[in-house]
Amino acid sequence: MSTTAPGLGHALDLSSTRPTPFLRLVRVELRKSYDTRAGFWLLAVIGFLVLLTEGIVLAVVVTQDQAMTYGDFVAAAAFVTSILLPVLGIMLVTAEWGQRTAMVTFALEPRRPLVFLAKATVGIILTFATIAMALVVGLVCNLLYGALQGPADWEFGWAGFVGFLITQTFAMLGGFALATLFLNTAAAIVVFFVYRWVLPGLIALGAALMAWFDSLAPWIDFQSAQGPLYGMSLDGGEWGHLIVSGIIWLVLPLAIGIWRVLRAEVK
Amino acid sequence: MSATAVPGLGHALDLSSTSPTPFSRLARVELRKTWDTRAGLWLLISTAVLTAAVMVIQLSVVVAQDLNVSYNDFLTSTNFSMALLLPVLGILLLTSEWSQRTAMVTFSLEPRRPLIIAAKFVVGIGLAVAAVVIALVLATICNALYGLLSGDEVVWDLGLANVGGFVLLQVIGMLTGFAFAALLLNSPAAIVLYMVYSFVLPGLFGLGAALIGWFDTIRPWIDFNYAQGPLVDATMTGEDWAHFAVSGFVWLVVPLAIGVARVLRAEVK
Amino acid sequence: MIQVEGLTRKYGTFTAVDNVSFVCQPGRVTGFLGPNGAGKTTTMRVMVGLTPPTSGRVTIGGHLYQDIPNPGRHVGVLLDASAQHAGRTGREILELGARTMGLPSSRIDEMLDLVSLSPAESKRRLRNYSLGMKQRLGIAHALLGDPSVLILDEPANGLDPAGIRWMRGLLKGYAERGGTVLLSSHLLHEVEIIADEMILIGHGRIVAQGDKKSLLAGAVGSGSTFVTALDNRQLSDALAAKGFVVASAGDGLRVETDPVEVGRTAAEHSIVLTDLRAADGGLEDLFLELTSDTQREVVA
Repeated sequence: MSTTAPGLGHALDLSSTRPTPFLRLVRVELRKSYDTRAGFWLLAVIGFLVLLTEGIVLAVVVTQDQAMTYGDFVAAAAFVTSILLPVLGIMLVTAEWGQRTAMVTFALEPRRPLVFLAKATVGIILTFATIAMALVVGLVCNLLYGALQGPADWEFGWAGFVGFLITQTFAMLGGFALATLFLNTAAAIVVFFVYRWVLPGLIALGAALMAWFDSLAPWIDFQSAQGPLYGMSLDGGEWGHLIVSGIIWLVLPLAIGIWRVLRAEVK
Repeated sequence: MSATAVPGLGHALDLSSTSPTPFSRLARVELRKTWDTRAGLWLLISTAVLTAAVMVIQLSVVVAQDLNVSYNDFLTSTNFSMALLLPVLGILLLTSEWSQRTAMVTFSLEPRRPLIIAAKFVVGIGLAVAAVVIALVLATICNALYGLLSGDEVVWDLGLANVGGFVLLQVIGMLTGFAFAALLLNSPAAIVLYMVYSFVLPGLFGLGAALIGWFDTIRPWIDFNYAQGPLVDATMTGEDWAHFAVSGFVWLVVPLAIGVARVLRAEVK
Repeated sequence: MIQVEGLTRKYGTFTAVDNVSFVCQPGRVTGFLGPNGAGKTTTMRVMVGLTPPTSGRVTIGGHLYQDIPNPGRHVGVLLDASAQHAGRTGREILELGARTMGLPSSRIDEMLDLVSLSPAESKRRLRNYSLGMKQRLGIAHALLGDPSVLILDEPANGLDPAGIRWMRGLLKGYAERGGTVLLSSHLLHEVEIIADEMILIGHGRIVAQGDKKSLLAGAVGSGSTFVTALDNRQLSDALAAKGFVVASAGDGLRVETDPVEVGRTAAEHSIVLTDLRAADGGLEDLFLELTSDTQREVVA
């Protein structure tokens, strides 16, 4: 042992140890997302639902003799996955707390923000994988549609695709941020579903009733602020709405949550 | 040892003076379990705070905007927070026993598992009824305040059918959560299933009914949310009750039966 | 080496750890001993940065734990063997650790072998593990990165007698190769056998520290003797005649003098002794005495 503090005589020699590379953390976190039964089934259910949705859509449009485009198939799958991707984002964070593995994780990597960053990266990777799967399954469904129903319409709208990528990622990160804030699966899931499915209705109601709330609503309603993303046609005001509401629903909970984790005792 | 049931062994347990744990005691213990952990307490507090907040907002909005409302309008808006959180309470009532592994303790103190489940069931119903009572009181206060603040005529349009329907609605919400929890024995999965069932599924059923003719005719028989609609405004007809019974069987009885069978047979870890 | 300097941790008005300072030397096994709730675990949690200290600090090899890159390669930690995802297999838990530290998978097999978990057992999920198996897995996890410092909280918990002996040998060998070992226990006999150095803690304060011999030298119980004779009464009279304080204790007598005096008296009177030993009571009396105001049970 070389001694850096000669007075003590037994200092640890850290010169040959490099800090854990970020990529390795991401790989470990990715593995954690599917190596438990709960995680595996969540991913399996997401994949299965993509198949099921596009299959049902295909069956319906063929039997009901309706027109369909490639983009429609993918959009149907996207609707379904946008329900469960946030749950994935939540579980990535809270599984660590519910099972107390945070103790081990943070003992091996004391730079806690990096652990969170790795988890968020895994969430984004899995979101993109889900989208890729929706695209492939949609492709197969559209081919079948062409064979069964007549000419397949390959219209997709690539401008919408980018918006779609972003909104799905935001949905996942929304769950991730709430999970970081609450560090509790049940609370995060309930609040997320309220935020996603109940709040838009309430905001619309409030806006319809009160003039001052109507002018405030676009600044706090992150979901409607994401609407223009599909056309990728945001004007200055819409960018403003997106950024402000995004800070409220993504950045703020994440910041408070991580601040809390950094200070908290890990039990 | 006095009475020896098996004289040859000489040391049989004398059970004659021990009576089995009474059901009311089990129910009281289960009730205590709903609030004696931080998660349970916060859930109850959140339900109360959210309900009060909804009512205060509603009251201030109707007064400020000079809208006309009645007692029933106030009561219905309490449904928002309660329909959301009571089922979560129902879910945690059951799943917290599994995720925290207390089932081991619970079932060793009372091996008659159906009784434990029945006790939890009773506690769930009791809490739903208590929530309804609180909602009635809150709505009364709000309606009286509304009359004072707005100067409009106060309408007390509360019928027995309304109250009955409202109680049934809350109890069913709680029990649906309970049934999903029994089926899955896992908090996140049960909560996600419940949220999808109550927020996402109605839209999908509506879409399916709009697109497909035959689906439109079977929808009332399988869409439990839809079947509960007439309960809210107390306009249940004979056919509505039939829809209600059949869809309730699908969403409430079947998962509950499978779940309970599973709990009774499962190895408790 | 581990250096704890003036460590205090308060929870509201409750002081879990109160101005604790000690050093764990390399090449030695340091036993951290105290009754339940004395502050052992809290101190160890502060060491690895899981609990922020109220004041004071802990350095490991001259560094704060947070400043050690890839800390699993330098410091092996086992705080709670149950703090793992119940749905993962034992092997998977080691796999995650190995990957985080950047170790080859072969290391996992080595460790499983070392702690005697069979391949079949390693494929079972943690929720199906017994306490002893969890403990073995936890030790394997701590040793995974071949660290030079080991921090183990109650490692003997749940191990069978063979397992405890195995662990003793493992840690001795580890220290002999120059490693620093800190292990906590509430079981005195455990620590007494294995530890070169002992730190006794009660109510968050260190009540004594040193090696076994120096601790016993300072013990209050020294200078008395337990003795049993065929004829206790005769011996008692003989000792009392010499002016020693004698009291009956169990099958025999307790005498307030050294064993040599008792033996001499017995020889002079040709009394047959069946048992003669110093009544220091080993460390147990010392331990109970030092922590008496912190014990949950009143020691008679």
